[in-house]
Amino acid sequence: MQFNTWLSVGLLILVMVNSNQALADRAILNVSYDPTRELYEEYNRKFTRYWQEKTGEKITVRQSHGGSGKQARAVIDGVPADVVTLALAHDIDAISEQSGLILAEWQKRLSNNSSPYLSTIVLLVRKDNPKGIKDWDDLIKPDVAVVTPNPKTSGGARWNYLAAWGFALKKHDGDEAKAQEFLTRLYKNVSILDSGARGSTINFIQRGIGDVLISWENEAFLALKEYGPEKFEIIMPSISILAEPPVTVVDKNADRHGVRNIAQAYLEYLYSKEGQEIAARNFYRPSDPEIARKYAHQFPAIDLFTINEVFGGWPKAQSIHFKDGGLFDKIYVNQ
Amino acid sequence: MSTFKQYSVLPGFNLALGFTLLYLSLVVLIPLSAAFIHSAKLTWPEFWSTVTAPRVIASYRLTFGASFAAAVVNAFFGLLVAWVLVRYPFPGKRLVDALIDLPFALPTSVAGITLTAIYAGNGWIGQYLEPLGIKVAFTPIGVFVALTFIGLPFVVRTVQPVLEDIEKELEEAAAMLGATRWQIFRRIIFPTILPALTTGFALAFARAIGEYGSVIFIAGNIPMISEITPLLIITKLEQYDYTGATAIAVVMLVISFILLLIINLLQWWVHHRGIKV
Repeated sequence: MQFNTWLSVGLLILVMVNSNQALADRAILNVSYDPTRELYEEYNRKFTRYWQEKTGEKITVRQSHGGSGKQARAVIDGVPADVVTLALAHDIDAISEQSGLILAEWQKRLSNNSSPYLSTIVLLVRKDNPKGIKDWDDLIKPDVAVVTPNPKTSGGARWNYLAAWGFALKKHDGDEAKAQEFLTRLYKNVSILDSGARGSTINFIQRGIGDVLISWENEAFLALKEYGPEKFEIIMPSISILAEPPVTVVDKNADRHGVRNIAQAYLEYLYSKEGQEIAARNFYRPSDPEIARKYAHQFPAIDLFTINEVFGGWPKAQSIHFKDGGLFDKIYVNQ
Repeated sequence: MSTFKQYSVLPGFNLALGFTLLYLSLVVLIPLSAAFIHSAKLTWPEFWSTVTAPRVIASYRLTFGASFAAAVVNAFFGLLVAWVLVRYPFPGKRLVDALIDLPFALPTSVAGITLTAIYAGNGWIGQYLEPLGIKVAFTPIGVFVALTFIGLPFVVRTVQPVLEDIEKELEEAAAMLGATRWQIFRRIIFPTILPALTTGFALAFARAIGEYGSVIFIAGNIPMISEITPLLIITKLEQYDYTGATAIAVVMLVISFILLLIINLLQWWVHHRGIKV
């Protein structure tokens, strides 16, 4: 064979190897909810570095954010998510039931109900707290304007609603009718129902709407960090709900893309000391006791109840409160 | 066959009609029929209770009411804008002319966010309206403002060319015969542009009914008060209630179709009456 032929064969092989390498540059997509943007931006940088050191492979992690329900629907409708990190277990259950992309027993696969970090619901008020808001009780005063998103579309809003309900239930010794009346009065003070938590935060902070924002704890801290404590104050209510935002691998997508090992490691690394530190720095309560102690000064200890204790789990809370014709709808329709 | 196909000197009728039907089916009819088929999964009582729930009824009222009001306002002011642009020379006319198309080009969500920022209590306009007790952003008025914004170019752009084509001689002849300016407008100009004006009105109205992006930011989205029907469809989708969402969509489609049909008939009637006179 002539030299030229060998050269072209050599070139061809080189091209093939190169294109193989391009294919081997694997990527995973993390579909997440609204307020985790900053958390995952930092975590993705850390994780890609960690993965390269461990395996020598260069990978890309892409992220997508929006209201938790909307994101879950996007995954059902075909967004090729390899992992989902959503606001509540119900949304991941929905993906599992509606599309079969996730195994039914997903929540048992990682420790702590598959929730690597925790959060709660707090109240954010304007500087010097002009309306003197101290607890959930103050939100039903007639002159207080409350900002919270729509529980039908926002995971955070559902936690907000349930936190208020839990407070009212405790205050009235478990009287459900009284709790419902409390929530009705609270939502009378709400003039905008955004579809996601971030939209509500923007309305409260930038548009100057309302006296108090019911918010994820991490979102409230973030607002404080971005806009300064000279503008806003965080009020810790006497009691609130322990929010457990769960994570899981989207089995069928991850297998189809051949990235299961990355997706798995991506979620497990969230539980590592490094992952927990990043969560804490982004104002999520760490689940690791040691890191939690280290950041205890940042997260005031408040009385927290879980959704299982008060509502008997997500499926039950969902069907009683949030489904069409449920208690949340009655608040508006019966007015 | 011959009764169906009227004789035309223009060749290519069969081919052109074939392509028209194929194109309409692919682009319009098939997607729309999918909505009907999907909602057929509901039984009739289920369908009826979904589309007549109090929240849904309140949203029809807002969507169709605000759309109609916005289209009426746009028909009036759009006509005025077109008139000024056609009849008077003034500096910066081309710039104004180009501005009209902006609501077409602007992504609707950008329009929504901008309008919200302006009309919110701390916005440029909102800060002056709020002390007067007028709240625009996050109320039904905000919905009306957003729909007016997106609908304006439809009226201006349909009326403008017709106004440009009106023969000056007609008006001159009328003036010579002793008609007043008001008579000239009422008897000559207005009847000529009326078909174009109703088209512009219908387009602005139809656009407003389906509008989502710009409204959603300014509406406030409170059940029974400031929820538009497209939002309810999205809300149902986000609760994984696909059939409920399509049921409401079907109702919107049917109502919109009937309204547009009425407007088209009206237009046809206006046109034919105009020819007889």
